[in-house]
Amino acid sequence: MQIKPILAAMRHHKAGTVLIALQIALTLAIVCNALFIIHQRMARMARPSGVEETNLFVIRSDWADKSDPQRIDVQMQADLIALRQLGSVQDAAPANSFPLHGTGWDNFIKLQPDQVKMTTDSAIYFSDDHTLATLGTHLIAGRNFTASEIGAQQPRDAMHSAQVIISKDLAQRLYPDGSALGKTIYVSMGNKPSTVIGVTDTLQAHMVGSWAGPYAYNAVLVPARLLNDYTYYLVRARPSQLAAALRDAPKALYAQSRMRIIDRKDGVMTFAQVRQHAYERDVGMAILMGIISVVLLAITAAGIVGLTSFWVGQRRKQIGVRRALGATRGDILNYFLTENLLIGIGGVLVGAVLAIGINLWMVTQFEMARLSLGYVVVGVIALLLLGQGAVLAPALRASHVSPVEATRSV
Amino acid sequence: MFAYYLQLGLRSLQRNPVLTALMVMAIGFGVAASMTTYSVFLATSSNPIPQKSSQLYAVQVDNWGPEDSDKGEPPDSLNYTDAMALMAAHRAPRQTALYPVGVSVVPDDQSQLPSPESTYATYGDAFAMFDVPFLHGSGWGAAEDDAHAAVAVISRVLNDKLFRGANSVGRQINLDGRNYRITGVMDSWDPQPLFFDAVNTSGFSDPVQIFIPFTRAVELKMATAGNNNCNRDPGLGWDAWLHSECIWIQYWAELPDRAQAVAYRQYLHGYAAEQQRAGRFRWAPNVRLSNVEQWMDHLKVVPPEAKISLLVALGFLLICLVNTVGLLLAKFMRRAPEIGVRRALGASRKTVYAQFLIEAATVGLAGGALGLLLTGVGVLCVGLVFDPQIARLATLDLSLIALTLLVAVLSTVLAAFYPTWRAAQVQPAWQLKSN
Repeated sequence: MQIKPILAAMRHHKAGTVLIALQIALTLAIVCNALFIIHQRMARMARPSGVEETNLFVIRSDWADKSDPQRIDVQMQADLIALRQLGSVQDAAPANSFPLHGTGWDNFIKLQPDQVKMTTDSAIYFSDDHTLATLGTHLIAGRNFTASEIGAQQPRDAMHSAQVIISKDLAQRLYPDGSALGKTIYVSMGNKPSTVIGVTDTLQAHMVGSWAGPYAYNAVLVPARLLNDYTYYLVRARPSQLAAALRDAPKALYAQSRMRIIDRKDGVMTFAQVRQHAYERDVGMAILMGIISVVLLAITAAGIVGLTSFWVGQRRKQIGVRRALGATRGDILNYFLTENLLIGIGGVLVGAVLAIGINLWMVTQFEMARLSLGYVVVGVIALLLLGQGAVLAPALRASHVSPVEATRSV
Repeated sequence: MFAYYLQLGLRSLQRNPVLTALMVMAIGFGVAASMTTYSVFLATSSNPIPQKSSQLYAVQVDNWGPEDSDKGEPPDSLNYTDAMALMAAHRAPRQTALYPVGVSVVPDDQSQLPSPESTYATYGDAFAMFDVPFLHGSGWGAAEDDAHAAVAVISRVLNDKLFRGANSVGRQINLDGRNYRITGVMDSWDPQPLFFDAVNTSGFSDPVQIFIPFTRAVELKMATAGNNNCNRDPGLGWDAWLHSECIWIQYWAELPDRAQAVAYRQYLHGYAAEQQRAGRFRWAPNVRLSNVEQWMDHLKVVPPEAKISLLVALGFLLICLVNTVGLLLAKFMRRAPEIGVRRALGASRKTVYAQFLIEAATVGLAGGALGLLLTGVGVLCVGLVFDPQIARLATLDLSLIALTLLVAVLSTVLAAFYPTWRAAQVQPAWQLKSN
């Protein structure tokens, strides 16, 4: 295929050529970045929580009378007994927060009491001896809390737990050599030492914001009930009895005491709902970017079809002449495909630079990661194929122009 | 002539419906994507109290020092000690410390369950400062603040729910088992972003239902329902916490003119210097005074998703326009013979311009109509991407409808300039000769 005559012909319709190239360039730049945003959001959502999520649900109970801490503690223990006695419930535990919840309590973790800067930050989960079983999270080293180790405290009391269980990632962060079990760490500002008695498998923190990236899997389980204005109960239903447990558990709690508020709308949430809520924005953003990418590609393809059809119509006579002079249908088809490929290559070259430029700018503005070159390569190939596909129909029509056209005056 | 060109334009659009449909769809999608994301951006970046945003100032005093603060910025909230010192000094015409409290309304009817309501503890000045509208009664005064009085201001919604819309001023409301005398019922009031407590709400939350005196809330040892941050262990008990460096209070001052703002900043600086001399602050005074818009910027209340999607949508519109330029070019140039004949019969370039721009405008109008429809769908779907508190703010109102049509028509006419110019360049002689 000779390229020179194609380039010469392009000079006669510069505007159209530039418009198609520009459209391909802009589409590539935007679609690359949109796909990258989708990928990033999906990667976030695919992270494990470390919790066995099926059959798990959460109840939030607000104490309506803001009663004194001793009464709250008594009520919480009674509530837990009532929940665990339900036939549809396998286990239950009190909680101040839980993985993917979004809000909760995080503390600086230190290795020395007099340390000025923190070693790392971690979620604090107030727990009891049933917490690990309820979450379905396994220990990879050490032991669980015993019932006698579980205390109670108010939000403003200093944490005084002598024993803590920490997550695998936190253990790794504090003691990279893997020797965290049995070590002393400082999990509160009160500078009281806590001994690590157990290390769990992967366990996610409550924090889901992108700022919490480095701490996303740091968690400390503290053996105490938190006596706050409200509490959460984590409840694990027996297999295939989730629906029954969701119905029974709030009833059992109201039977214990009516001076509480369980919000009708979101007072009881399955863990699937918790997960959905945590990643709502990510799903939405991915869908939005997906729709925009698809519509953009469709519009670009339509634009190429439209302009190429116009060119074919404009050049019927020339095509007829070429056919009359011996060019085959394949030659004509090839001509238009090659022409589109040349314009496409010009477009994607500019587009690739633009895509990377936009990404670099977004990195400075929105704490985004760098675009990996794989996306640009995939985008380039996709747009070139799209161009070839779009030009196929008009090009085929061109190849069917009969040599007789050359003899017609119009 | 305009009507005639319009007629010509419509007829020409009918002549190649596929090309026309392509253009209308491109413009419709482009405009709809831009307008939907713009409505969210507008809602999140709007000024919640435009008439006073330059007179209300959020106060920051660095009580943590460079060691514990973020890049030298003072913390976003105040501790109790500093807030009380500023209240006592009373250097601004109006000022208030405030914090959210978790409060439930206990109904008289024992069979009804208590319901939690969004509540803030403030000083009496807050109502005049924030231009809170009243349906009945008014806020409380300094006397009630000083007396730690059990008074409350409730919202219209709550008044409708509890008192069936009757004037409830002077009646009692039971909050967490304690009675409060109602001094005022607010009319509908829902500033978004919730500027006075953007720290705890990230900017957006449901309307506030109840206000009670700050002094009363502290006397009853009501903890903040928002964030409490400590850099040191506050020690045991309420009093230790109250007098610790833990931060949890928002502080606002109303300063009607520049001179007073400058004077207040000097006062804050002086206060911090005094604390330094007294040995409480071991660092140079570090204070900030930010008006509402500066404060919204500082707290970054516009979610990054709103900015990113607006930018992507604008890029999308740009591509749709490039596409439209190409398609219009094809459409207009196909009619070169027709233009040639019109020019030969005496039409000036100017009339060719008028004819084709009007034709483009009709395309734009059709695209705008489609865009309006899609924007309506888009606004309904905003809840898929954004929190419900933000989604409820994005609405298709009259100004957005007008803007959608305007953007569609203007951008199409703009896109039509180059194709029209090319059409007007057609040489009559050339076209006539080839025929």
